[in-house]
Amino acid sequence: MALLEVDNISVRFGGIVALDGLSFTIEAGSICALIGPNGAGKTTLFNVVSRVYEPSAGHLRFSGLDLLELPPHQIPRAGVTRTFQNLALFPGLSVVENVMVGAHSHSKGGFAASPFRFPPVPSQEKELRAEAMAYLGQMHLAHLANRPCAGLPYGTMKRIELARAMASHPKLLMLDEPASGLTHSEVDELAGLIGALKDTHELSILLVEHHMAMVMSISEKVVVMDFGRKIAEGTPAEVQSNPAVIEAYLGTPLT
Amino acid sequence: MTAAAAPSELPDTSSEVPTRPNRKALMIKTVLCVVGAVVLIQMPLLMDRSTTQRLTQVLAIAVAVLGLNLLTGFNGQISVGHSAFMGIGAYATAIMMARHESPFILTMMVAMVVAFAVGVVVGLPALRIRGVYLALVTLALAAMFPQLVVRFSGLTGGSTGITLEDTQQVTTPQPVNDLFKSLTGSRLLDNQYRYYLALVVAVVCFVLVRNLVKSRVGRALIAIRDNETPAEVLGVNVGAYKVATFGVSAMLAAIGGSLFVMNADQAVPSEFGIQVSIELLTAVVVGGVATFVGPAVGALALVYVSDLFPKEHPEYAPVLFGLTLIVLMIISPGGIVGLAKQGWARLVRSRSA
Repeated sequence: MALLEVDNISVRFGGIVALDGLSFTIEAGSICALIGPNGAGKTTLFNVVSRVYEPSAGHLRFSGLDLLELPPHQIPRAGVTRTFQNLALFPGLSVVENVMVGAHSHSKGGFAASPFRFPPVPSQEKELRAEAMAYLGQMHLAHLANRPCAGLPYGTMKRIELARAMASHPKLLMLDEPASGLTHSEVDELAGLIGALKDTHELSILLVEHHMAMVMSISEKVVVMDFGRKIAEGTPAEVQSNPAVIEAYLGTPLT
Repeated sequence: MTAAAAPSELPDTSSEVPTRPNRKALMIKTVLCVVGAVVLIQMPLLMDRSTTQRLTQVLAIAVAVLGLNLLTGFNGQISVGHSAFMGIGAYATAIMMARHESPFILTMMVAMVVAFAVGVVVGLPALRIRGVYLALVTLALAAMFPQLVVRFSGLTGGSTGITLEDTQQVTTPQPVNDLFKSLTGSRLLDNQYRYYLALVVAVVCFVLVRNLVKSRVGRALIAIRDNETPAEVLGVNVGAYKVATFGVSAMLAAIGGSLFVMNADQAVPSEFGIQVSIELLTAVVVGGVATFVGPAVGALALVYVSDLFPKEHPEYAPVLFGLTLIVLMIISPGGIVGLAKQGWARLVRSRSA
């Protein structure tokens, strides 16, 4: 059974159709890439799944749940987390605290318990910190843990965001252009890291990415979008030889 | 698995211990805390009556500033309505003590509940509006409060306010006095008792807010301030947190108002006008936005800043105050605490170099 089922989703902003009846599924434990030219609607879909945008039509099912019935802040508890195309860290928090925010949805202690440090607040705090440190260690960032995250290199901040997303214990991890702005060696490292995270944490991954070498090497399925519609779907090899995909990326020959 | 992901040219730094504050810095901090505690405890025993009263006023204002700092500094919501929440606390205490002879602590608790409820209601628009627009809603509250006090003069004493009679005022309870006498051999004067009462309440409030900010809730508050959408996407119920913070912040301001009346023995509407809201915001900024001791420093500066200016020309005081504020903001946007932190960092660096 599909883990995420995107069923005929449409999003309109005024007269502009950002997503036009998009449908596809992601199988549990797989990496699915979403590719297409700029403005194809890839990030819009992320925003629909994380409930930032309200779709005008369609359904979203995630392991039996209707995601569109949940408010945005309950999406991570359901098991869906994302990263952002433009870095979305919290500059006022240290690196490790940023990662600990990722654990918000599955930790306890509100306005009443936290000031008095009622149990389980203190022990949980230790656990959350230890877990965040473990994720940072996995990304080779443990030495930066207590630094403010402002002013760190771009690639480093991207990895912090990945660690933060992992701290929410996702079943489905949605990565929005994780390789953008990274050097060649960093991209190779990232591809390895994503694969490793997927295997050790039994993740499914929805990947939006322009770095085609990475997409084709790690994805099991590729969904190609253009102008808010799905124009192709299949294995990396199938998609690469699909004329519609070539046309969307390169245009039609002038003959 | 990390080995598979790590490219060979990058040094593996994951085993490095994260930087910890060195032992010397920790020791100096501990010494500072102890000295601070001794000074705070000794103050009323060494100072005259009027100084002690003024310091109690500082403590009262500090708690209100603490509340505003939680809202504005840590959660990024601006309120110019905190004079009204302070006023709610002040009037709850004044009315209950003058009309019903209630014990002070009870009046403070009632003040907290009422202010929390009003704070939540005023914070509700934060679900839809933010920033300057929210500030406008709170501005309306600040403008309304003194008018409401005058309108319901039967309850509040109108524009002359409520003055606590000698028998209604907060005085040193006999057991406390006996205990103090057995320890030191002298009486604990009423103004000294009030100072200690305010000190205990303020310290409790500061510790609780610090715990809150250093918890999961605090991280969520800062996350909301810094970047609202990702905070929500990571599971923070942004609306609920904003409204709850408004309530808690209002509650703290009301505690400040209660303490203020306990110390001043009166509540007058003109002391809880918009001007006070601006002063509270100023104290937040002067002390240091989003710092833990900033509110106390800001409150101290607020009460004592006028002493720094020449007394022969009181008309220059606002000008000098404004200039001081501008210069401080240029030198240190982090306020006095920010300035101290810069100095501290420089000190630590030069020591270790």
